[in-house]
Amino acid sequence: MGDLSELQEREQKLQGMGTSMLRKEDARFIRGQGSYVDDIKLPGMLFGALVRSPYAHARIRSIDKSLALAVPGVVAVLTADDLKPVNLHWMPTLGGDVQAVLADKKVCFQLQEVAMVLATDRYAAADGAALVEVDYEELPAIVDPKQSMAADAPVIREDIADKKEVGHGPRTHPNHIFTWEAGDKAAADAAFASAPVTVREEILNPRVHPCPLETCGCVASFNKATGYLTVYMTTQAPHIVRTVLAMLSGIAESKIRVVGGDIGGGFGNKVPVYPGYVVAIVASIVTGVPVKWIESRIDNISTTGFARDYHCVGELAADTDGRIKGLRFTALADHGAFNSHVSATKLPAGLFSICTGSYAIPNAYCRVDAVYTNKAPGGVAYRCSLRVTEAIYLIERMMDVLARKLNMDPAEVRRRNFVQAEQFPYQTSLGWTLDSGAYDAALDKVLKAVDYEGLRREQAQRRADPDATSLMGIGLSTFTEIVGAGPTKVCDILGIGLFDSCEIRVHPTGGVIARLGTMTQGQGHSTTYAQIIATELGLPASDIVVEEGDTDKAPYGAGTWGSRSTPVSGAATATAARKIKDKAKKIAAHLLEVAEGDLEWEIDRFKVRGNPAQAKTMKEICMVAHTGNLPDGMEQGLNAVSYYDPPNLTFPFGAYVCVVDIDKFTGEVKVRRFYALDDCGTRINPMIIEGQIHGGLTEAFAVAMGQQIPFDENGNHLGNSLMDYFLPTTVETPHWETDHTVTPCPHHPLGAKGVAESPHVGGIPCLSNAVIDAFAHLGVTHMDMPHSAWRVWTKCHELGLDKH
Amino acid sequence: MANTQTVSFTLNGKGVAATVEPRELLIHTLRERLAHTGPHIGCETSHCGACTVDIDGMSVKSCTVLTVQCEGAQMLTVEGLEQGGVLHAIQQAFHEEHGLQCGYCTPGMLTRAYRLLKENPNPSEEEIRYGLAGNLCRCTGYQNIVKAVQSAAAKLAAAPKAAA
Repeated sequence: MGDLSELQEREQKLQGMGTSMLRKEDARFIRGQGSYVDDIKLPGMLFGALVRSPYAHARIRSIDKSLALAVPGVVAVLTADDLKPVNLHWMPTLGGDVQAVLADKKVCFQLQEVAMVLATDRYAAADGAALVEVDYEELPAIVDPKQSMAADAPVIREDIADKKEVGHGPRTHPNHIFTWEAGDKAAADAAFASAPVTVREEILNPRVHPCPLETCGCVASFNKATGYLTVYMTTQAPHIVRTVLAMLSGIAESKIRVVGGDIGGGFGNKVPVYPGYVVAIVASIVTGVPVKWIESRIDNISTTGFARDYHCVGELAADTDGRIKGLRFTALADHGAFNSHVSATKLPAGLFSICTGSYAIPNAYCRVDAVYTNKAPGGVAYRCSLRVTEAIYLIERMMDVLARKLNMDPAEVRRRNFVQAEQFPYQTSLGWTLDSGAYDAALDKVLKAVDYEGLRREQAQRRADPDATSLMGIGLSTFTEIVGAGPTKVCDILGIGLFDSCEIRVHPTGGVIARLGTMTQGQGHSTTYAQIIATELGLPASDIVVEEGDTDKAPYGAGTWGSRSTPVSGAATATAARKIKDKAKKIAAHLLEVAEGDLEWEIDRFKVRGNPAQAKTMKEICMVAHTGNLPDGMEQGLNAVSYYDPPNLTFPFGAYVCVVDIDKFTGEVKVRRFYALDDCGTRINPMIIEGQIHGGLTEAFAVAMGQQIPFDENGNHLGNSLMDYFLPTTVETPHWETDHTVTPCPHHPLGAKGVAESPHVGGIPCLSNAVIDAFAHLGVTHMDMPHSAWRVWTKCHELGLDKH
Repeated sequence: MANTQTVSFTLNGKGVAATVEPRELLIHTLRERLAHTGPHIGCETSHCGACTVDIDGMSVKSCTVLTVQCEGAQMLTVEGLEQGGVLHAIQQAFHEEHGLQCGYCTPGMLTRAYRLLKENPNPSEEEIRYGLAGNLCRCTGYQNIVKAVQSAAAKLAAAPKAAA
């Protein structure tokens, strides 16, 4: 049946997997009709403004609300004492700790939430907040995590000072949170003792912030008559938040509705539950009217969801040929004043143990010590799975450090240590099973594309030229990511497994609605999921509606973070669609009066093998499924729901090359070329994948070249507005060249691995390696990020490169 | 509070009036009094450009303009780009070139790109990048935004009357 062009036409009509379908979600955004949380206005709604601490560490002697309450429009001022009767002045965190919702007797970081002023409009709320008088007694602050566990260090968390543990094993100091380790230390130590070559480097991943363009916020609306709580909020994980709110408030989970709406970017910032949300909810419960709370940009950068702050030491042991025999990586983790990062119960340091990267390293050991400081709490995963950027940065930097020590090309050292294509699935010495990969092929393709040897020749000439005013650096990164959390046997939050879900309903005329437990924040889920269903069911993607984020409608899932949407919910989508397809096949067999085994699938229909004229299209079957003409005992409808518990995480990988030119006199780094090859397995929408890669690389560029949240010795923020915090503009952002290979994931129903975080994880070390490579011939083995012009110039100046 | 003023201006071709305190910012008037929630608030310090609107032929960040400064102004927001049910070429191009992801910067970015192409109908990539440097995007890395502006410029040049 069907000539080629007819088949192609039917296939194209579906706009299924593999096509660059234009995004379904664009229609509202290009008209200014998105519905973000600050767009929501409910009758009688009050605005909440938070009063925040000017000190990083202080006791609260008293709070005087009287002046604030006298401001016209101010309705109430809430403090910890007001939340105590409902026991909501403290809340459990997703990291096993507790966090003050409003400061209870003391503040532990600058701009900590102390009170909320409720008023009839945002100006009156701000006026009121400025007039709440708090009397503080300042205490010495700990800013440097290396000082946290000193014998005489001030105790930051008096509320838990005598607790032996806070969720993750024994503590050895009141400012200690946990110590976590993986691997075989004795075997690693033995490898180091016998290796002819060892290298060691101290490497910082500075404190940064994901800084989505929309800050965090919510509108909480509690209906006293029904006892029903609705919260519109900026959340990447609405279902988990609903569960947390049920645990916190005592309201039945069935009476809580969390709605994600449109989210103006997340990048990890919108996973946790923040005090502002909780106070707004309590305020609505207390006042009986809706309450809106929206962060300012300064509040966002200062208080919600910082990332990184990992102070690492990397060590590698190798033979003289560059083959790695042992790895020891440690990190001192600054978690701020409360351990409120989102970690799986069994993985307090997230997926840091992916730090063996793409390499076959027989003996490895890693350890993370987490401590409290007088800084904002958090430690979210900024465009990565938790602690993966830290891990991959360390191994990719250390590969270069080893190459220098051996006087070997960084590409060659990588090649000598790659897990080979035939070794997959490959069990790493730190316990992960890498699903699939073709690392050599990826690196070869990239090196050829950029003429790597030619670049190295050019670099040698530049270095030999005494009149050169610039340095040239070439950076590599051949990373492996770990995404798609995850198998419930290893991954849970608050005991809830990190499965995800999809429910599909097919209507009589072939329209489809699919609801998922994930939450798009710009990733194009409405399009990607529709394309999966289009291919699986042979119904056009244009007629498939995808809905997420409203907990009253969507099935339970853990949300969108850690590149888990396609690996987990994408799989659930395929699985649910296949259940429907199985039923459709039974109906087709019944209609065509043949056995199911006599049918074969072709694009959008079942046809009888050997008699192609006899066929039933999915569209026809959709209608029949809603009639009485069904096989005996079959119920009407074409609906299915799947809850997918992935058997393993997925391991996308890539090979990147970056070329930089550095002005010796100004320290300015110009990215001349950045070539990124990504392998995310099966590609569902190439256009969306490319867009995600551009964005991830740009966020990598931001982190590597300029982002850092600095503090003075008293814990004062030194840069928390967009004046100081670096978000690259069109002018600084390099042009990105992208490429791909396809190595399908063997355990995912579609072979897909997830992609959006790879360019961030792989891009940062690539940029750093390029900058540091520019100085490699001068004996430089490491420079900490960010590589701002001032810092790079400082290095040039130290080395005397800026002398005429 | 009693100190309020009534300000009248033209918004997307229609006359509007708002009674505001002198300190009220234009972005709040647009969003909360005039139901134009296309322009967004991203930083409140005029760095991000999510609030960009067009006032009297200039791109303006409405988070740092007082509403009382807008008496008699001709104002265009993203909501006014579509005319008679037909998308403006810049809107169409952002869709076709995948120039948006989360959509939060998009209204400001479109409004700025609209004015940029009025100022310079045939910009080079460098001129586009310079011309959009006041509008931040965290999602796209700008590459497809630049392509979208190039594409819109070409379309407008090919059909200047239809898309004016």
